[in-house]
Amino acid sequence: MTGLIAIASVVLLGVVAVQIGKISDIFAKIRGEEASQHESNLFNGRLGMFFVVAFLVFCVASAWYYRNDMLGYGPHVSASEHGVWLDWLFNVTLFFTGIVFVLTHLALFWFAYKYRGEKGRKALFIVHDNKLEIIWTAIPAVVMFGLVISGLWVWNNAMDDIKEGESYTEIEATASQFLWEIRYPGKDGALGTKNYKLIIPGKNSLGQDWRDPKNFDDFLADEIVLPVGKKIRVRITAKDVLHNFDLPHFRVKMDAIPGLPTYFVFTPKLTTEQYRLNLKKSKDQHAPYDAAEPNGPKRWEKFEYELACAELCGKGHFSMRKIVKIVSQAEYDKWAAAQVSYYDQNVKGKEWDTSVAPAPTPEPAATTAAPVAPAIPAEFSAAAVEKAAAGTVLQLKNVTFATNSAALTPASSKELDMIVEMLKKNDKMKVEIDGHTDNVGDKAKNKALSQARAKAVEAYVESKGIAKERMESQGFGDEKPLVPNTSADNKQKNRRTEFKILTK
Amino acid sequence: MADVQYRDPEEMIAETGWNDHFHDHHHGDKYQSNFFATYIFSTDHKMISKQFLITGIFWAIIGAAMSIIFRIQLGFPEADLTWLQPILGKWIVVNEGVGKLDPEFYYALVTMHGTIIVFFVLTAGLSGTFSNLLIPLQLGARDMASGFLNMLSYWFFFLSSVAMFYSLFLNTGPFAGGWTAYPPLSALPQASSGSGAGMTLWTVSLALFVVSVLLGGMNYITTVLNLRTKGMTMWRMPLTIWAFLVTAILGLLSFPVLLSGLFLMLFDRGLGTSFYLSEIFIGGKALDHVGGSPILYQHLFWFLGHPEVYIIILPAMGLVSEVLATNARKPIFGYRAMVYSMLAIGFLSFIVWAHHMFMSGVNPWISNFFVVFTLIIAVPSAVKVFNWIGTLYGGNIRFNSAMLFSIGFVSMFISGGLTGIFLGNSAIDIQMHDTYFVVAHFHIVMGIAAFFGMFAGIYHWYPKMFGTFMNETLGKIHFWGTIFGAYAIFWPMHYLGMAGVPRRYYSFEAFDAFKHFADTNKFITTAAIIVFGLQLLFVINFFYSIWKGKKMTTPNPWLSNSLEWTTPIEAGHGNWPGNLPVVHRWAYDYGKDGKDYIPQIEPMGKDEEAGDH
Repeated sequence: MTGLIAIASVVLLGVVAVQIGKISDIFAKIRGEEASQHESNLFNGRLGMFFVVAFLVFCVASAWYYRNDMLGYGPHVSASEHGVWLDWLFNVTLFFTGIVFVLTHLALFWFAYKYRGEKGRKALFIVHDNKLEIIWTAIPAVVMFGLVISGLWVWNNAMDDIKEGESYTEIEATASQFLWEIRYPGKDGALGTKNYKLIIPGKNSLGQDWRDPKNFDDFLADEIVLPVGKKIRVRITAKDVLHNFDLPHFRVKMDAIPGLPTYFVFTPKLTTEQYRLNLKKSKDQHAPYDAAEPNGPKRWEKFEYELACAELCGKGHFSMRKIVKIVSQAEYDKWAAAQVSYYDQNVKGKEWDTSVAPAPTPEPAATTAAPVAPAIPAEFSAAAVEKAAAGTVLQLKNVTFATNSAALTPASSKELDMIVEMLKKNDKMKVEIDGHTDNVGDKAKNKALSQARAKAVEAYVESKGIAKERMESQGFGDEKPLVPNTSADNKQKNRRTEFKILTK
Repeated sequence: MADVQYRDPEEMIAETGWNDHFHDHHHGDKYQSNFFATYIFSTDHKMISKQFLITGIFWAIIGAAMSIIFRIQLGFPEADLTWLQPILGKWIVVNEGVGKLDPEFYYALVTMHGTIIVFFVLTAGLSGTFSNLLIPLQLGARDMASGFLNMLSYWFFFLSSVAMFYSLFLNTGPFAGGWTAYPPLSALPQASSGSGAGMTLWTVSLALFVVSVLLGGMNYITTVLNLRTKGMTMWRMPLTIWAFLVTAILGLLSFPVLLSGLFLMLFDRGLGTSFYLSEIFIGGKALDHVGGSPILYQHLFWFLGHPEVYIIILPAMGLVSEVLATNARKPIFGYRAMVYSMLAIGFLSFIVWAHHMFMSGVNPWISNFFVVFTLIIAVPSAVKVFNWIGTLYGGNIRFNSAMLFSIGFVSMFISGGLTGIFLGNSAIDIQMHDTYFVVAHFHIVMGIAAFFGMFAGIYHWYPKMFGTFMNETLGKIHFWGTIFGAYAIFWPMHYLGMAGVPRRYYSFEAFDAFKHFADTNKFITTAAIIVFGLQLLFVINFFYSIWKGKKMTTPNPWLSNSLEWTTPIEAGHGNWPGNLPVVHRWAYDYGKDGKDYIPQIEPMGKDEEAGDH
């Protein structure tokens, strides 16, 4: 019934409109075409002036009404260092475009009103004016030049990646339909490798490669907690479709793309607490946070920085929220120390643990997490490598694996990193990676294990940026013992990884 | 005629027109003898232009109605939408008596709104209508270079429309991944239910649309270059024709790139290739695709997508220039500067596409170039605005609906163009990218402005199309309501954008930073509903006036200079019953030597100096 009434009233309005039109046509006829055109010119010219004044007032009034949301005004200041410059650029642009906006609008409607068709008026015959045209081409060109130069300056500073030797904290944000997963590097300060093929929902949500020891201390956080005043590099990735890492308070935005990691570097300037105190100065922030609870906490008290998604990713696009907390360095350190790594929490010792954690009763070889830092062996020194000829074999004494597994222990990375350094310095050098075991156990199994371990070492070195083509890997099992397998000590010596220099 | 003696053939042509032996063949009758040949499979450019226009109006109503539905969701998220169930069916989910719009369908509406308005209304409906109507008429040609290809151009558009319309009724819903159709969302049916059959039909529809644009564009260019009547040099063409020419060139160069991008998309979807896909884990499974890049698609898309916004706005600029000069009774100010700035805009539009991608993971260093080129466009655009305002200065302005919409166009172009200076500067774009600031910017500069240009064109050339006038009073109500309403809709969105409110959100409730704009969203939605109602007023006016409008009694009601007003009121196929008109001057001799207007067919006086000196 209401539907019928709605339709009927719409139809009725249409009929009324048509009748109004008809009547006005008749009136125009009675008054004479020209006279009624002149009347209409005056009326519409005035309406134009009314419009432009109302519009400009509306612009100013709305800017006042929304002043708290305008960039660089009110309490919503940028919470990051680069964002301040962005807000500055916004306001410089607003200044220049504002002048053009007001002047052109006034001219447009003023001329329309002033030169409305009237009895006896004759139009001027003006075709063009070179001087005027040069002026009004040159002025925008000069203003644009200024805006481009300052814009590029702000842009290139804001988008700068970390420079060599700078201290920073790196975190990783991985988006998927429809949530964010935030990974922290843990104590070692480095994020472990991941591979989308290793993802098991709930068991290895990011596809971390547990053969990479850097993964063991990485932890996933429910909230993004970051220290104030420190450079943050966010590595941004996605699992399924495009997303966008959007921190509006920090003027940070970057697409998250499956298969193509991106990054954004920014420095938080204000802690959450400081930002709240900033907001407190503004009146509307004293309204209750929840309208249903008039005596509950105020808006500014409940303020949190937020992470949103700003690239359409499907039907849940609007719900990808995460809270961001900016705290002091001390609070951050305390918080980070209290986090449990994803590995320890969800993977260690479970059947989907592809690294297989160190057994409770370790055999000597597995006393891997040796607390003593390995000394730098002399054969890796620059001078030694300089002298080494093709065919030289480098023994790795501190590269170890979990028992019966090809997973590198975290402690192995130190020595391998030296090899990586050496390969980087000698960029033509090709090496062979050989894996050896002792003679305990099945021969075929030993060979397979030594092959897998050599491969794991190769993969590690490759992950550090050494081309795969420069390496060969082989496993010899127990075929090439260094010393007879007559004692536990000797057996330990035989379980080893070697790098053989093939060409320099 | 035989008793008049001409000294030389040139003089005879000047006096009597150019005899192209058109009527020796009598094809007008042969091809227009039945209903189908006249109204359906017509090869007459005037009929094809009406077909484009009416199909465009059909799509505009659907596209705008969709926006009203999703605006209700944004402005009144608590509202009970059960009343929409008869139209939307299962997409209204009724829970405890309260009907809610399904988020999946919300995104489908947003996507379809964009696709329909950009391609079907503002490309086919605007450029298709007026290029077809005005190119032959204003150049003094019998028809397009190929009437048959021109007919095919419309029918490919029609097929494209059918495919898109059909997709609205799919069980899995129409495509819902945004009008830009970025993969992987658009490439994987697992990612969104609209990315199944809906996306397939979307792709098919757009492929057919590209064929339509190419057939039309080839015709427009050929006609402009080859079929100008005697005396119509390039520099005597009205600005409308220059605009259509540049538009057609842009379309011809950019749409094939979109087509190739869509083909790669089809391969990825159907043949297991990996042009756009890499390392994807979705629906509990890791896909085999590796090595592709979603950014490649964005490059291909925006290589069309950016020229596309000029394909939309240039015809509007041309129409507005013509209407402003005619009704100000003054030559367009700086005719040559207008042409050169159009050419400059057309050229620059091909080297700025990545400004849509500042935040999509392209190398930030590359963005430097795109910032520079993008902001250079502000210069020719500013020149155009100053020239339009200069045209009004010292005029004797006749306010009618067409003129009002032209003035409104200039206002919109200024407002929306200036916000482009913010967005084109990549540093500001960090904050504004994909927020309501962008929504406000492009709706004002290429949505409302292009619609205003289109309305100006419709009100102005309506008598040429239908032999009747649209009602002026309703037209003026339509204009004043729309300009107030359109600013009421889009101006507040700038502030939402500054606060970082992202576009394409079904609901803002989850975010403290976004949800306190509820009142603003209510205001915007209310304004949108009112403006939508006003457009229905236009539709009523349009169809009512075809049959009942004031009849045209003189062939040149606006006292205009250009050639289309030299045909009879009811022009048949071939436009001029006798010889073709011959052109002696440019189209803008208004107010020259004390005369209100001097049509292009008027020979130059003895000591008269050409107006376009």
